[in-house]
Amino acid sequence: MQYLPNILFAIALIFGVGFFVLNIRKLSRNIKLGKDVNRTDNKPARLKNMLKIALGQYKMVRRPLSGILHVIVYVGFVIINIEVLEIIVDGLFGTHRVFQGFIGNAFYGFLIGTFEILAALVFITVVIFWTRRNVANIKRFLSAEMKGWPKKDGNLILYFEMVLMTLFIVMNATDVPFQEAGVGNPISQFVAPIFNNFSAESIHLIERTSWWIHILGILVFLNYLYYSKHLHILLAFPNTYFANLNAKGQLNNLDSVTNEVKLMMDPDADPYATPEAGAEEEVPEKFGASEVTDLSWVQLMNAYTCTECGRCTSACPANLTGKKLSPRKIMMDTRDRLEEVGRNIDENKGTFKDDGKQLLNDYITPEELWACTSCNACVEECPVNIDPLSIIMDMRRYLVMEQSAAPQELNAMMSNIENNGAPWQYNQQDRLNWANEE
Amino acid sequence: MIVPTMADMMAQGKQPEILFWVGAAGSYDDRAKKISRAFVKILHQAKVDFAVLGTEESSTGDAAKRAGNEFLFQMQALMNIEVLNGYEVKKIVTCDPHSFNTLKNEYPSLGGKYKVLHHTQFIQNLIAEGRLEIDNQNLQGKRVTFHDPCYLGRANEVYESPRDLIRRLGVNLTEMKRHKRTALCCGAGGAQMFKDAEAGDKEVNILRTEDALETKPDIIATGCPYCNTMMTDGIKFKEKEDSVIVRDIAELIAQANKL
Repeated sequence: MQYLPNILFAIALIFGVGFFVLNIRKLSRNIKLGKDVNRTDNKPARLKNMLKIALGQYKMVRRPLSGILHVIVYVGFVIINIEVLEIIVDGLFGTHRVFQGFIGNAFYGFLIGTFEILAALVFITVVIFWTRRNVANIKRFLSAEMKGWPKKDGNLILYFEMVLMTLFIVMNATDVPFQEAGVGNPISQFVAPIFNNFSAESIHLIERTSWWIHILGILVFLNYLYYSKHLHILLAFPNTYFANLNAKGQLNNLDSVTNEVKLMMDPDADPYATPEAGAEEEVPEKFGASEVTDLSWVQLMNAYTCTECGRCTSACPANLTGKKLSPRKIMMDTRDRLEEVGRNIDENKGTFKDDGKQLLNDYITPEELWACTSCNACVEECPVNIDPLSIIMDMRRYLVMEQSAAPQELNAMMSNIENNGAPWQYNQQDRLNWANEE
Repeated sequence: MIVPTMADMMAQGKQPEILFWVGAAGSYDDRAKKISRAFVKILHQAKVDFAVLGTEESSTGDAAKRAGNEFLFQMQALMNIEVLNGYEVKKIVTCDPHSFNTLKNEYPSLGGKYKVLHHTQFIQNLIAEGRLEIDNQNLQGKRVTFHDPCYLGRANEVYESPRDLIRRLGVNLTEMKRHKRTALCCGAGGAQMFKDAEAGDKEVNILRTEDALETKPDIIATGCPYCNTMMTDGIKFKEKEDSVIVRDIAELIAQANKL
C-alpha cells in the first residue's frame, strides 16, 4: 500500500494526458476537414510572426490595459507551469520537492519565490478580468453572441485560474519544512499564520489535499481546453505561423474560376472538346462556401483559435452602427458548426450523415454577410491574426455564384460592369468625357 | 485639358512614363471627375509624360469581386490585362485605392504585373525627385483631418504618403481618434457603395463624419473618390457644408499651387 499514491497519481496522469491527446486528435481531424491551402512558403516571415505575435503578444498590448493584464496572466501561466514538472516527478516517485536537492536551496527558493509572486499577480489580474466581464459594462462582453455558454465559459476559466493559484499558495503555506527554511515564500509566509492553531496532522492534510487538487485541477483544466474558447493558449502559435502573409487587401483569386474564364475568353477553345482524363475530378463541387467543409483548414483553425475577446467586433463599422454582423460571431458560428459536423462524423462511424443543416442560413445569415464593408478592421484587430473577412467573402461567393442571391442593387451594379465596364449605367464611350468638362 | 490616351501615344510610337488609371468613379462621378482633373493638372505642372486608356479602360472588377462575383471580376481582370499588356504598360498611378489594391495585388497572379502607385505616393516621389513643389502659403493655418481609405491604409499599409503631402501644404493636420490602423471605414467598401445598408441604428458614414467633426476641421482630406462621396454626404447630413469641406489631396495640392 506504500505505493498507492504513486499508482493513483500515475493513473490520473495517464488518463488526464491520454484524454487530452484523444481530443487533440479530434481537433486535428476536424481542422483537416477544411480544403487545402498552401501556407508553407516564406518560413522566416512565418516564424517571425509567431514569435512576435503569439509568443511576444505584440498585438495584445495595442490595447494597453487589457493587453498588459493579459501579459501578466500569460507570463504567469507559462512560468508557473515549470513547477508542474516537479509536481509530476514528486507524484510519480513519491519524493517531496525533488528539485530542491538538485539545484540548491537558494536557486530553488528564487524559483518558487518567483512563482509565488506571479501566482499572486495572476490571481489579482484574474479578479480584474472577472470584474471587466461581469460588472464593468464593457460593450464587447455584452454582445448577443456572448449570452449563455460563452459567458459561462469565460467565467469558468477565470474561476479555474483563481482556484489553481490559491491552491498553489496554500500548498506552500502549509508545507511546514518549506516555511521553516524561509526561502521562496514571499507570499505564502503571510498565508501560513492562518494555520498556526491547526494541529500538525491537519496542516499536513491541508498541504497534501491542496497538492492533489492542484495537480488534478491542472489535468482537468488541460482537458477543459478542447471544450472551451481557451484553446487559444495552444492554437495561437500555429495560427499566427500559418496566417496570411499577403497584403490584407488582397483577396485570393479562385483558380477554378480562372480556368473557366480563360476557356470562355479563348477564341480557339473548343467548347465541345472531350475533357482530358482526370479533368472531371478537378471541377470543384461548388464556388464559394456554404458549409464549414468548403472553407480552408486555416479558416477552420482560425475558428478554434478564437477566444471570443471581441476586439474585432468592437472595431467593425457594421457592428458599431447596429447591424447584425459581428466578426466574432462569424468565427464562433464556424467553430460551433464544425464541432457539430465533427460529432456527426463520430456518431456515424467516420462519415458525415446529412443533418439538413449548414453553416449558411442555419448559423450565419446573408444579412450578416452583406453588411460587411471589407474594411479589414477585424483582421487588423485580431491579436492572433484570425481572418473573419475571408470567411465572409467565401460565403458571399457562394451566395452570388451558386445561388445568384445578391441584393437587387448589387445585381444591377454587376450587370452594369458586365455591359458597360462601370458599376453605373454610363456608356463606355463616354469614359474620357471628364477631361473636357471644365 | 490635354489628356493623352495610350492609343494616341502608340500611334506616335511613344511610351509614357506612367499610365493614369482613372477608375469608374474618376471617369463618371461628377464629384470624382474633379479629382481626376486636379491630378492631371499636377501631372502637367510636374511635366509628367502620362496617358490614360480612355474608352479602353474598364472596371477593375473590385466591386464585383467583393460582392462575391469572382467570374465577373476575372473576366474584367483578364480583359484589362490584355489591354495593359498590349500597350506594354509598366507603371500605373491611380487616385482610387480600390483600383490601386486590385491592380497591385490581384492582377499579378492573372498575368498583369505592373508597378502600381497611389497618386499620393507618386506625388511624393515627384517632390523627392525635385519635379514638383507644393506651395505652403495658400492653405496655411487651415485645420485639416485625414480620413484613411481602408484600401490604402489597412489593406496596403500606406499611411504616411498622404500625411506627408498634407503637412507640406502648411496646414494644421489634426488626427481623428480612430486613424491609421484603427481608422473607421467610410461605409462604401466591399460593394456597399452600390447598395443600401442593412438595418441598423446608424449609417457608417455618419459615424465616421462624427469622428472627423470632433477634430473641428476646416477641411476633411481623403485619398479615395468613394470615401469622398461618403464624407461629403455625411457633412450634408450634419448640415456642416458651410463650414467644412471634403477634398481629395490632389485637389488640395492643385488649390495650393493655384492650378
